[in-house]
Amino acid sequence: MWPNKFDYQRADSVDQALELIGEEGKFLAGGHSLLPVMKLRLSAPEQLVDIGRIDSLRGISANGGLRIGATTTHAEIAASSDVQSMCAALADACGGVGDQAVRNFGTIGGNIAHADPASDPPTVLVACGATVNIQGADGSRSVAAQDFFVDLFETDLEDGELITGINLPNCSDCQCAYVKFPHPASRYAIVGVAVCLKMDGGTCTQADVAVGGATVKAVKCAGAEAALAGSSLDDAALNAAADMVKADIADWLAGDVAYPESYRQQMAGVYLKRAVKAAAG
Amino acid sequence: MSTRIFGSGIKRREDPRLITGEARYTDDIKLPGVLHMAVVRSPYAHANIVSIDSSAAEAMDGVVAVFSGEDVDLAGIPTAWLIPDSDLKTPEHPALAKGKVRYVGDGVAIVLADDRYTAQDAADAVNVEYEELPVVVDPEAAAQEGAPQLFDDVENNIAFRWVMGDKTASDGVFNTADVVVRDKIVQQRLLPTAMEPRSAMAQYNPATQELTLWCTSQNPHIHRFIISAVTGLNENKVRVIAPEVGGGFGSKIPCYPDEALVSWAAIKLGQPVKWTETRSENYQITIHGRDHIQYVEMAASRDGKLLGVRATVYAGMGGYLSTAAPGIPTILHGLLYVGPYMMDSVFCESIGVMTNATPTDAYRGAGRPEATFLLERMVDMVAKRIDMDPAELRRKNLIPAFEDGYEVATTLVYDSGDYPAAFEKALGIAGYDDFRREQAEARADGRYLGIGITAYTEMCGLGPSQVAGAVGFQGGLWESATVRVTPTGKVQALIGASPHGQGSETTLAQIIADELGFPVDDIEVIHGDTTETPMGWGTYGSRTTPVTGAALAKAAQKLKDKARTLAAHLMEANEDDIEYADGSFSVKGSPDQSQSIQDVALMAHLAWNMPEGMDPGFEESQFYDPPNFVYPFGTHIAIVEVDASTGDIELQRYIAVDDCGPQINPEIVAGQIHGGVVQGIAQALCEGVIYDDNGQLLTGTMMDYTMPRADMFPNFELGETVTPSPHHPIGVKGVGETGTIASTPTVYNAVLDALAPFGVEGIDMPMTSAKVWQAIQSAGS
Ligand SMILES: Cc1cc2nc3c(=O)[nH]c(=O)nc-3n(C[C@H](O)[C@H](O)[C@H](O)COP(=O)(O)OP(=O)(O)OC[C@H]3O[C@@H](n4cnc5c(N)ncnc54)[C@H](O)[C@@H]3O)c2cc1C
Repeated sequence: MWPNKFDYQRADSVDQALELIGEEGKFLAGGHSLLPVMKLRLSAPEQLVDIGRIDSLRGISANGGLRIGATTTHAEIAASSDVQSMCAALADACGGVGDQAVRNFGTIGGNIAHADPASDPPTVLVACGATVNIQGADGSRSVAAQDFFVDLFETDLEDGELITGINLPNCSDCQCAYVKFPHPASRYAIVGVAVCLKMDGGTCTQADVAVGGATVKAVKCAGAEAALAGSSLDDAALNAAADMVKADIADWLAGDVAYPESYRQQMAGVYLKRAVKAAAG
Repeated sequence: MSTRIFGSGIKRREDPRLITGEARYTDDIKLPGVLHMAVVRSPYAHANIVSIDSSAAEAMDGVVAVFSGEDVDLAGIPTAWLIPDSDLKTPEHPALAKGKVRYVGDGVAIVLADDRYTAQDAADAVNVEYEELPVVVDPEAAAQEGAPQLFDDVENNIAFRWVMGDKTASDGVFNTADVVVRDKIVQQRLLPTAMEPRSAMAQYNPATQELTLWCTSQNPHIHRFIISAVTGLNENKVRVIAPEVGGGFGSKIPCYPDEALVSWAAIKLGQPVKWTETRSENYQITIHGRDHIQYVEMAASRDGKLLGVRATVYAGMGGYLSTAAPGIPTILHGLLYVGPYMMDSVFCESIGVMTNATPTDAYRGAGRPEATFLLERMVDMVAKRIDMDPAELRRKNLIPAFEDGYEVATTLVYDSGDYPAAFEKALGIAGYDDFRREQAEARADGRYLGIGITAYTEMCGLGPSQVAGAVGFQGGLWESATVRVTPTGKVQALIGASPHGQGSETTLAQIIADELGFPVDDIEVIHGDTTETPMGWGTYGSRTTPVTGAALAKAAQKLKDKARTLAAHLMEANEDDIEYADGSFSVKGSPDQSQSIQDVALMAHLAWNMPEGMDPGFEESQFYDPPNFVYPFGTHIAIVEVDASTGDIELQRYIAVDDCGPQINPEIVAGQIHGGVVQGIAQALCEGVIYDDNGQLLTGTMMDYTMPRADMFPNFELGETVTPSPHHPIGVKGVGETGTIASTPTVYNAVLDALAPFGVEGIDMPMTSAKVWQAIQSAGS
């Protein structure tokens, strides 16, 4: 629990943060992923640039869709009425991150930059078609969440680039939910499933599904989506979707000794059904 | 009618300082000029040390010294439980490895630096070259021919082979029994996880040659003599202080290399030296609990009479034999094989095996949970085999009530018990018969409910010293206490034991208040400093209330006798006419004439007017060696529901009826039971060390090792019966470990009961959802 030596600087603006960050530096947001690995000496950045007090990076605005600043905390997102009405699944996911202390410190930007495969928010961002806004020394760009997450702890982010926020389409006419099977120790997802359904009466006209936890990154699940779309979400459709989701994630499975890949894959099916039921209410 | 503080659930007097953060733990104590020690630890589970290059570390700013095993002239860390008739080997345990490392975390070198960060940086900079050796972590595998050998002088890694019972007689019972059930039970390794990690700080005065060691100890007097033995200092020159200690669960009984190393370095360098482990180190080097592989059998008659139990146990000792390790899977285990049942045949062969893993030692319950588990598992298996309700089978075999001694086949003499009373009470709370109906209905709906029952008794309040000697424990097991009353009538109770979270400062004060009539708030219980307190053997084995409590009660009774005589003298009355109530002495027939205990204390100190032959002062000491162990008992019941689609287990109800004799403080008793039950259930459901084949600890952080949390549990339903111990001055028994002893099999059996429709026969603990789900799949196919 004794990190290596590092320099600490606090940035007051995005420009300053981008200026300060050096080759061996890292941005510090909530510190709830970065500091633990530094204390275990698994990571030893020489410089931390604290972005936690940059006002423009924090907050939630609803304007057609949602814009959430990178340093907005999990707790703020979970409590936001805009998020609850426009993307209930994200409120579910952020409200279920770790414990209250973690939610009060951990930020959405830090969460997706860290890209822990067992994280909760990425699964929702992929299901709901979010885009990630990134700024670097050479300007800014946006990437679809689905393309942002590349592999285990690997994203599209280049060295020195800063996530400024995420955009989410207005989902208030959809029914969406996120459910997870928490690891009993860490409370990270053993499997997490996000679904976003468009309904016309009793029929599902469009389904977006993503799975995390069981996979090396959040995975969009086209097979399960096809099985749900056009159905009345009856048992047969749910069973078919549960089978399909296992195939959808087959190439991306992750696991460990206690919760092996095969188990997580099966649980993705169980939790897909639970997520659809939660969304369909 | 006197009012009794005994039996009252007053608030724990230690809590204000604990809750407000004002308690002072070892790491809180700051000494000027202190050096910080970091330990270079082996990343390999088994390897030869080829070379150690500390030049880069030594060159760092702020580094004072680096030492390795060859530099450190300490005697080996001793094993202090030399079990007899077992061909025990006690391989050398150097404070720092010499030539070879035997588990991941084994100390290789120490770095002393001006601050903790530099110490850690320098430890990382020490370059150790290793030659890796083959690794064995499974105790059964380690005991086989051809397994990697940890020590030249421990053949097949077998440190001891302890046998209890008559094999021929046992074989006779098993050969002729109607029914024999058998199972292989794995008692997985557990991490004690005290809230406060271990810490040690030493200061040496070369002029007086006195060493003071502050450390996280459950038994500072034992630490004192071990530190004296390994450093060569006279015992009266060593002062060990256990300041506030934040839990131990057994893990702060042993003397570890770290305490010896800070002492050695403080002497060598003439500066105070401090070491505090990180949580990662805590998981890697502080003792683990359990680690048994048990092959168990039980014999019974077809109509449900339990005839005998026998077991072969491979007990993993880890890389070295820790302080009390050999006694745990033997004396504290096999002797419990009869449990609360009328069963005449017991046999146990326990094989202690050195493995490339963290040393094991006493962890809450220590040997007794492992015994209770195998018995209760077997009883359920017999019930299933003969198609008898498991409650009925237990009822048929419980030892009937007894008040003063009952000898069982293991040679123990249980002190007192009324097992059927506790059993029926628990079944009543659970509504057992109704539950069976509910369970049948639920199954018809595809819901899987299960119930598990454990009837237990256990041996604690360790124990008569004569028995300690007979079983090779290298110490006594008595306690001593001094009750000292100041001239103003305030009480200091000095005890040799060393409570560290149990609430003993409250319960022990209640005993004194009850005997002498002082308000409980006027009584301070002082412990944890070998210079301030009288000798004692420490707090473990649920012994502080029974043993120290008895010493205090007897010391207080002596003071009361003195007070009565003095009060009579002061009131010029005949001693026979003195009446005592609520801390006040009065003369029969003249109620307005009285002397309070405080008045008497003052007069004893002033000594202006003492009776002929009475010495001044108001203080008494008492040694107390219990004539027998105490045997608390009870019945626990769990009701669970298993989600067959995920394997997830929901604990719906937990009922604990325990009998620890008269309860001094029912709130504290409940707290002990709650904590114990939680730890025991955690063994069944979530806690478990995982090593890979290379001896690397995969559950090295709390992100991987699942500690129990409050939201896993329903409100516990507690009940009690009260059966005093006949041999104890105030009848009390221990209750620190009963929860852990009883709850693991209770929940385990409940889960297997729930899974009965699938034909699941067993699941290795912890029963994680993944394992339960897999068991359902495998059984179904
Ligand atoms: C006990 C515990 C339990 C947890 N449980 C869960 C859980 O159940 N589910 C879950 O999803 N998460 C969980 N987390 C993780 C939590 O959500 C983290 O807070 C989050 O992953 C990281 O956010 P942070 O703001 O703390 O980032 P930091 O730790 O500050 O940074 C993490 C990484 O992201 C980089 N970074 C941070 N912000 C930016 C940015 N704007 N642009 C570019 N790079 C950036 C940093 O340089 C660093 O590499 C848990 C954490 C803990 C400690």
